Amino acid sequence: MSIKPPVEDFATDWDHTDPAWVANPYPIWDELREKCPVAHTNRYGGGWFPSTYELVSAVANDTDNFTSRTVVIGNGRPGEDAPPAPIGVAPPISSDPPFHHIARRLILPAFSPGVVNTIETFVREYCGKLLDNVSAQEIVNGGSDYAQYIPVAVIRQMLGFPEKDDDLFRHFVHIVLEGIDEPDLEKRIADFEPIRIYIEDQVQDHIDNPRDDLTSYLLNAEIAGSKLLPEHIFGTMILVLVAGIDTTWSGIASSLYHLATNPKDLERLVNEPELMPLAVEEFLRFYSPVTMARLVKEDFDFNGCPMKKDDWLLLGFPAANRDPKAFEDADKFIIDRKINRHVAFGLGIHRCAGSNLARMEMRVAIEEFIKRYPKFTLAAGDADSVTWSQGQVRGARNLPLTITK
Amino acid sequence: MKVVINADACTGQGRCFGIAPELFDFDDLGNGVVKGDGTVTPELVEKARLAEANCPEHAISIEE
Repeated sequence: MSIKPPVEDFATDWDHTDPAWVANPYPIWDELREKCPVAHTNRYGGGWFPSTYELVSAVANDTDNFTSRTVVIGNGRPGEDAPPAPIGVAPPISSDPPFHHIARRLILPAFSPGVVNTIETFVREYCGKLLDNVSAQEIVNGGSDYAQYIPVAVIRQMLGFPEKDDDLFRHFVHIVLEGIDEPDLEKRIADFEPIRIYIEDQVQDHIDNPRDDLTSYLLNAEIAGSKLLPEHIFGTMILVLVAGIDTTWSGIASSLYHLATNPKDLERLVNEPELMPLAVEEFLRFYSPVTMARLVKEDFDFNGCPMKKDDWLLLGFPAANRDPKAFEDADKFIIDRKINRHVAFGLGIHRCAGSNLARMEMRVAIEEFIKRYPKFTLAAGDADSVTWSQGQVRGARNLPLTITK
Repeated sequence: MKVVINADACTGQGRCFGIAPELFDFDDLGNGVVKGDGTVTPELVEKARLAEANCPEHAISIEE
């Protein structure tokens, strides 16, 4: 990772990987909303960051001026060798209309609430097993002992990859997630090779032995009477890995962080389990994990800002969710908040396709954890050891928890 | 009173059928659909209003 100068003024030189932003972005966003609702940076070749709910909504719904060709900010531009819109590298997240509509309709049934319901029991049992594994420990790491495993197992199960490959699959997932921030394209391709081979083997196994899972679903799917191209299938499988794992892992771990540091909320949730659906929405609002990005399609003026073709647009759903114009007491976590029009899963045509799955995983993971451990706090003297992920997915990573009686 | 979903605005956020499963269901794509003719009985008025107020896409309306 290159050394970058620290940010002194986020309004004119923002960087979402700056240590101050990673540690605690909320005061930065509050100040920007007051002073400069669309911040600018020359870093990454130029980009913009709207910090209000209204402007984030406007960008999310404007697919004419903003392309999803690349949704993760990197050093430099995707360049001419990048897969073109409208299909992109990982359809449908990287697709623009009109192809987006086709690719999205194709995968939505695989993530519908009906399908999600069928794997809830698997998730609950898996969480129970993870908790069994750490039952002798005085300190349980809510991130590395628990949250990080859950979505990996869920995605492996949904894709229909062998359970015995759990460790290998987790290793691959880490390479894919780290690859998002790897600026050296050749290294990224080299790191990726074993994953490509593994997935191709799994796909071949599904061709030989079709079964009821997401991989066979993609193999059977058709667009206008034709099977999907292999690169479409591969891209969508990679999308499921990238989009469905550290996001949900972050959501679960940040929720546990909140409960460890807010004993009254933990006690209420233990005593009033019927609050869980409201609590999950508030966890999603207050600790929204996911920030997306867009590229400006052509020069145009947005809210008085002269945007240039290929400028980045950092689409901060977490910032929108803290906007006091959109939420009463936006800076307070209210576990039974009834009106909560949060945009943690995005807005418009790119609404997170896995939102029903993510919600279920968060609910079940938190339910099982607090059922097993109704009282826990941050490990004594360890408050400073809590770490947060850097980049466009924010969540607690190292989260040592002391289980109390 | 009736609840109505604007199908063009709905993107399947899933809040309505989470809040008021008595009034809303989901289709194969996970988009919200109104159950029956959408009539809201008195005991469901509050849930109907919450579903309207929580939809991030502003896709739900209430006809008095």
